[in-house]
Amino acid sequence: MKLNDAYEPVIGLEVHAQLLTASKAFCSCSTQFGVEPNSNVCPVCLGMPGTLPVLNRNLVEFIIRMGLATGCSITPRSVFARKNYFYPDLPKGYQISQFDLPLCTGGSVEIDLDDGSRKTIRLTRIHMEEDAGKSIHDIDVDTLVDVNRCGVPLIEIVSEPDMRSPREAYLFLTRIRQLVTYLGICDGNMEEGSLRADANISVRRKGTTPFGTKTEVKNMNSFRYVERALEFEINRQIQVLTEGGTVAQETLLWDANLGVAIPMRSKEEAHDYRYFPDPDLVPVLVEEAWTGRIRESMPELPTVRRDRFESTLGLPRYDADVLTAEKETADYFEDTLQELTNQTGRDRKDLAKPVSNWVMTDILRVMGERKLAIGQVPISPVRLAGMIRLILDGTISGTIAKELFEEMLGSDEDPESIVERKGLVQVSDHGVLSAAIQEVLDNSPDQVRKYINGSDKVFGFFVGQTMKKLQGKGNPSVINELLRKKLDGLKSA
Amino acid sequence: MNPTYESIRRSIESGETSCETITAEMLGAIDDRPGLNAFLAVFRENAIARAREVDRKFRDGTAGRLAGMVVAVKDVLCLRGERVTCGSKILESFESLYDATAVSRLLNEDVIVIGKTNMDEFAMGSSSEHSAFGPVLNPVDSTRVPGGSSSGSGAAVAAGMAHTALGTDTGGSIRQPAAFCGVVGMKPTYGRVSRYGLVALSSSFDQIGPFAHSTADAARVLQVIAGKDDADSTTSQDPVPDYLASLTKDVRGLRIGIPEEFLKEGICDDVLAAFHRAVDRLKEAGAKISNVRLPHARYHIATYYILMTAEASSNLARFDGARYGYRSPRAKDLQEMYLLSRSEGFGQEVKRRIMLGTYVLSAGYYDAYYLKGQRVRRLIQSDFLEAFRAVDALLMPTTPTTAFRFGEKASDPLQMYLSDVFTVSANLAGTPAISVPAGNDSEGLPIGIQVMGKHFDEATVLKVGDFLEEEVT
Ligand SMILES: [Zn+2]
Repeated sequence: MKLNDAYEPVIGLEVHAQLLTASKAFCSCSTQFGVEPNSNVCPVCLGMPGTLPVLNRNLVEFIIRMGLATGCSITPRSVFARKNYFYPDLPKGYQISQFDLPLCTGGSVEIDLDDGSRKTIRLTRIHMEEDAGKSIHDIDVDTLVDVNRCGVPLIEIVSEPDMRSPREAYLFLTRIRQLVTYLGICDGNMEEGSLRADANISVRRKGTTPFGTKTEVKNMNSFRYVERALEFEINRQIQVLTEGGTVAQETLLWDANLGVAIPMRSKEEAHDYRYFPDPDLVPVLVEEAWTGRIRESMPELPTVRRDRFESTLGLPRYDADVLTAEKETADYFEDTLQELTNQTGRDRKDLAKPVSNWVMTDILRVMGERKLAIGQVPISPVRLAGMIRLILDGTISGTIAKELFEEMLGSDEDPESIVERKGLVQVSDHGVLSAAIQEVLDNSPDQVRKYINGSDKVFGFFVGQTMKKLQGKGNPSVINELLRKKLDGLKSA
Repeated sequence: MNPTYESIRRSIESGETSCETITAEMLGAIDDRPGLNAFLAVFRENAIARAREVDRKFRDGTAGRLAGMVVAVKDVLCLRGERVTCGSKILESFESLYDATAVSRLLNEDVIVIGKTNMDEFAMGSSSEHSAFGPVLNPVDSTRVPGGSSSGSGAAVAAGMAHTALGTDTGGSIRQPAAFCGVVGMKPTYGRVSRYGLVALSSSFDQIGPFAHSTADAARVLQVIAGKDDADSTTSQDPVPDYLASLTKDVRGLRIGIPEEFLKEGICDDVLAAFHRAVDRLKEAGAKISNVRLPHARYHIATYYILMTAEASSNLARFDGARYGYRSPRAKDLQEMYLLSRSEGFGQEVKRRIMLGTYVLSAGYYDAYYLKGQRVRRLIQSDFLEAFRAVDALLMPTTPTTAFRFGEKASDPLQMYLSDVFTVSANLAGTPAISVPAGNDSEGLPIGIQVMGKHFDEATVLKVGDFLEEEVT
């Protein structure tokens, strides 16, 4: 769908990230995913009468990490509030959240636009809250409720309405995912619901400053849907306006199957949450010393890492971007590079590009083809480094390496032993190579003639034929050298 | 004269009596006056079995600090495997999965829990008339209310059905029934006793405290239940001092303040006379008496009812028929399940307060009511901090009148709320306060005198209470 050029969308996002703490926000239950329904529960997260919440300090540490990574101000005394509403998956009848005194305020993140420029998206706030349970409606015995997720800690990251296209919103969301995964506070999995985004959208005529009436779109539960859902809603609003109507302030749910955003019944959204400070919890006091300790233990942030890959490893910007897009990929790359450095004793800067090539082309290809996370690719950094070392020290050729790589995917045998077992060692022996070359030349009188007449293009043909004869095991630089010598001899004869 | 725990323990240790005999006597007292309706559950077999076990501990020399003390527990506190009805139909058949911290601390010291006591529904009320299971009669005069909301706990101790009892006090729910029934009742400082396992009425006001025949026994119970609890973030780390050590009867030099705003009007003559008698006794014993001002006193009741109902409306949201408790059989969909279960399950007073609380938190009213209430509460708190710079304790009547008759105030909620006028202050300020018996009025009804102290200075409150307490006839 094409967006109407006369209008400009204004988009703000609210991103919920489920935190990777081992236990829940206000009790000691496990946060483990995928266990039997209603098994990770205790009287506290079941909201049994008389129970009280006790704050998990790790939750505070996790949100401070995110706050520091995005340049937020950390509120020295922040307060939990109750958000009151009735729903079967909300055992207490209220959700513990933060309202007027969130833990982080301000801050921003940068996104890299497709034209190579950068844009700053400001954050309003980041606050802590507990998740609700899960209602399961698709069984014919009424509604079932799984409360395992009740009390699982979340942070909500609220942006300013700084985005001007669905693409920018997508880039913002991927940046947030990159940050939370780098910080190790969330697994960033949108499909499983550990990362959820709601959008506030309005449109206005280009060149005007006042915001239009905004709507909220929820349920965009996949990265793929974010842009589509936003485009749908922007077009809908533009259509309403161009037809002379007014946009109603409402909440819509994205339906991925139908590809439309459907307004919620007004009854469902007419909530007055009656926020008030939760008297069961004391204010969260964050002293400077605590923030300082967390700041010191912060992992390297993705943009810093990207810049380091460029400057100290000498990688091209494109490589640095691709390798640092996901923390696991960057870790895999660096582990492989470290291993290769250890194995060869050579300078990291010389090794970075070959490693980058293998990770970016072959490893990422396998991940794509087989739908694997990098940790699930059967070739570990140690084995990949071992393979690249065999190329660098001349044991195997690049052609053989491709074959070896495929072989390694099917077993956990180390590359050296595969090379040995399958006889893949590169042939550098001049006698063997000369014989093969001679045979190729003898069988290709036409091409030889062309070469003598000055066509250098056929040189590649001779290399290819020789390699083929040697089942790819010939040392390409020796073949080049010997071939050139032989052909030049013929030329001058 | 009711024996103190000290003498009871001596009799057990000397072999004069046993826990089992005592427990059987208490069960007998309960059976003798079933019409009192003080208990919602009596643990006959369990209490006797436990008494035998404690007798064995006495023989083995391993008996705990409160071994053999027979305790009644307000039915708003959780005991694992037992019902906790909160005096409400909505929880009529609900059993708790765990023990309240205060109860388990008492059990660790070998008390014998004899049963769960009747109460105003969800601790909302001052007369027991709001219990879904019928009112509790005042043991002194069965035409009178026993006070509330810890009605059964006050009545059970007064009627000799338990040595001590646990109650909860949100706006006077321990002190007022203690005064009406002629026993000692204490509300500790907010944060002194863990609220874990107390089904919340109003989380920033609720405190658990003891009923007893003597200040000394109240101190003994408090000693055990007080102190930090990891399950309640609002409990204090402050060390718990030796309360019994403060009961010296020596009040020389103690500075006692009389809040003049409270004595202006509406106090019946006999109560006022008892109060002045208490002041005179303190003066004679060498205490320094002075008037103190609490400039915001006239806002106490309104502030209390705004904030208390706000918290209550949220605390009671969980009783929705979804997971436990009463669910209306007539409900056909989710909306009806909420509406009918709550309409049929809750009593009038509870619904009134939920509506009030919902209103004061609603968009458009929050600033005018809840937020303003919070601000006034802080002013009230600073009034008390200011007063306590000049005095060590405050003295006032516990209630403006003695026990009123059933029906006298039930039809007029505002009159009922105003009977809390002297007790809500301690909950607003978070300070400790005790009510001790101070004789009887002309009709023979007990009068209570209240001592309020500085935050976490239960020791002084107990010391003055111990000095003042009189046997009620
Ligand atoms: Zn739990």
